[in-house]
Amino acid sequence: MSSIFVWIDHFRGKALPASWEAISAAQRLGDQITALVFGSGIGNLVTLAFHYGAHKVIACEDATLADYRLEPYAALLVKLVNDHAPRAVLSGATTRGRELLAAAAAETDSSLLADVTELSIEGETIKAVHPAYAGKVLSDLVATSRTVFVTLRSRAFPLPQLDASRSGEVINVASVMPAEQIATQIESFEEQRGSVNLTDAAIIVTGGRAVGSAEGFAPVRELAEVLGGAVGATRAAVDAGYIPYAHQVGQTGKVVSPTLYIAAGVSGSIQHQAGMRTSKIIVAINKDPEAPIFKIAHYGIVGDLFKVLPALSAAARAKLGK
Amino acid sequence: MTHIVVFTRNTPDTAAKVEVGANGAVTWGTAQLVLNPWDEYSITEAVLQRDAHKGKATVISIGGEAHNDALKQALAIGMDEAIRIESAAEHDALTFATLAAAAVRKLGDVSLIIFGKEFVDSSSDAHIYMTARKLGWHAIGAVSKILALDFAAQRIRVERMIEEGKQVVSTRLPCVISVLKDINEPKSPSFIGIRKASKAAIPVWTAAELGVSLSAPAVQISAYRNLPVRSGMCQIIEGGSDQEKAEKLIDILLKEKAL
Repeated sequence: MSSIFVWIDHFRGKALPASWEAISAAQRLGDQITALVFGSGIGNLVTLAFHYGAHKVIACEDATLADYRLEPYAALLVKLVNDHAPRAVLSGATTRGRELLAAAAAETDSSLLADVTELSIEGETIKAVHPAYAGKVLSDLVATSRTVFVTLRSRAFPLPQLDASRSGEVINVASVMPAEQIATQIESFEEQRGSVNLTDAAIIVTGGRAVGSAEGFAPVRELAEVLGGAVGATRAAVDAGYIPYAHQVGQTGKVVSPTLYIAAGVSGSIQHQAGMRTSKIIVAINKDPEAPIFKIAHYGIVGDLFKVLPALSAAARAKLGK
Repeated sequence: MTHIVVFTRNTPDTAAKVEVGANGAVTWGTAQLVLNPWDEYSITEAVLQRDAHKGKATVISIGGEAHNDALKQALAIGMDEAIRIESAAEHDALTFATLAAAAVRKLGDVSLIIFGKEFVDSSSDAHIYMTARKLGWHAIGAVSKILALDFAAQRIRVERMIEEGKQVVSTRLPCVISVLKDINEPKSPSFIGIRKASKAAIPVWTAAELGVSLSAPAVQISAYRNLPVRSGMCQIIEGGSDQEKAEKLIDILLKEKAL
């Protein structure tokens, strides 16, 4: 029986979907899945972990863990790994998950399979696929340490079925780093205004250089809102100051993999493709029928984004009944 | 001591068409190797902070001679000294961290290491947090602004971007940070910098000199593969008006269960 740990990444009690996706990835590696839930006020997350398929939960409810900080989180994770020797420790390749699992892997001299899109086990060996060279090629990775740490790219693994009838054993543990030993302080937080997290988004509408101005993003935002999606941007649009960097998709921005990616006024440079080419369905809207984006798009409309996007918003409103 | 270190490397240009050749090796045709793009920001930030605090800034690469170009570029932008640590072409993040930590210990007086967000060739940032852990230092990733850096009081205060928004985070030095594109406007090499860099001798340190005996890598790359070829062509939606095209497209997307 192979024991797999899944660290549940959450912010103030709200889990990132990649955490639950990690439970379905864990099912490929072992038959005993233990969710690790650290924080303050985590009761609801413990319940959800069972509903998403965890067999056991190790919970650490402690005020020092209310906000994620690397030092106390890594100290606790390392202790749990040393105590229980799981076959693997999984988490989403989120900002926090990447830091935490890398730190814990280094501390325990273990293999880390980082930012993977496929995962399997063959005998004693855990194998994974990681897109390298900014997603232009795939690398096959092999790990052999006693415990293998794995971070999983958002949306590469399915969300498990929710089953509210499931529950299991909760093991409560104490934190291992006293408050006075933690040097890192979270002083303040400012929420990202009105945005869906790009890496979690099922639908993304992206504007390129052709939007022409900050106001030019209005039809992009409108369609994203109608479809319940997030707003993306190319480097050209960000560098021109039309929209903040947090929206940038591509080699020097975010790597996304939504179900639907609508690129409006995006030429489709190789650097932009690196950030979105694994999207399930790609729609290109561009005046130039020769734009490279049409080479990787599944559907295209040759036309002016300022006319096509409002028409799409109107059609979607009518057909979706919004 | 106000000694800041940046680790960098040479990577294929971001516009390069990268693919796997018949022999299984990754190739990028005639494209140039350039400074890892994210490191334009870390190097610029190190130079800015060095100037503000009248300290010293050292750039280090781990790998073969090919990385000397990246080191010279960093010197031309304004770093004070460069060091190369000799290592096999492909090392995993844990090996990198072990060597990086040993080099920083050898320097002795470093209190801040600034990394770019990731290395674009391995497309990985694990080496950043592993280096911090191997040193036993604090680490803050995804920094979009250094708000305060006090070498005397040994504190750093930064703005950090997380999925949910922006945090202000402070911690104790020595510390490892990784910086995002937002942090500064990258400096270009200056004329004087280029002349200085072209004359610079870059010392080479070996694992043995650092007292590191390397074991087998914890992660091995068994193969590189090209991306699966996308089947089918782009279906251009035709119609008499934008409205008609839009309606057709929404119908298709509904049928594909994409909405």
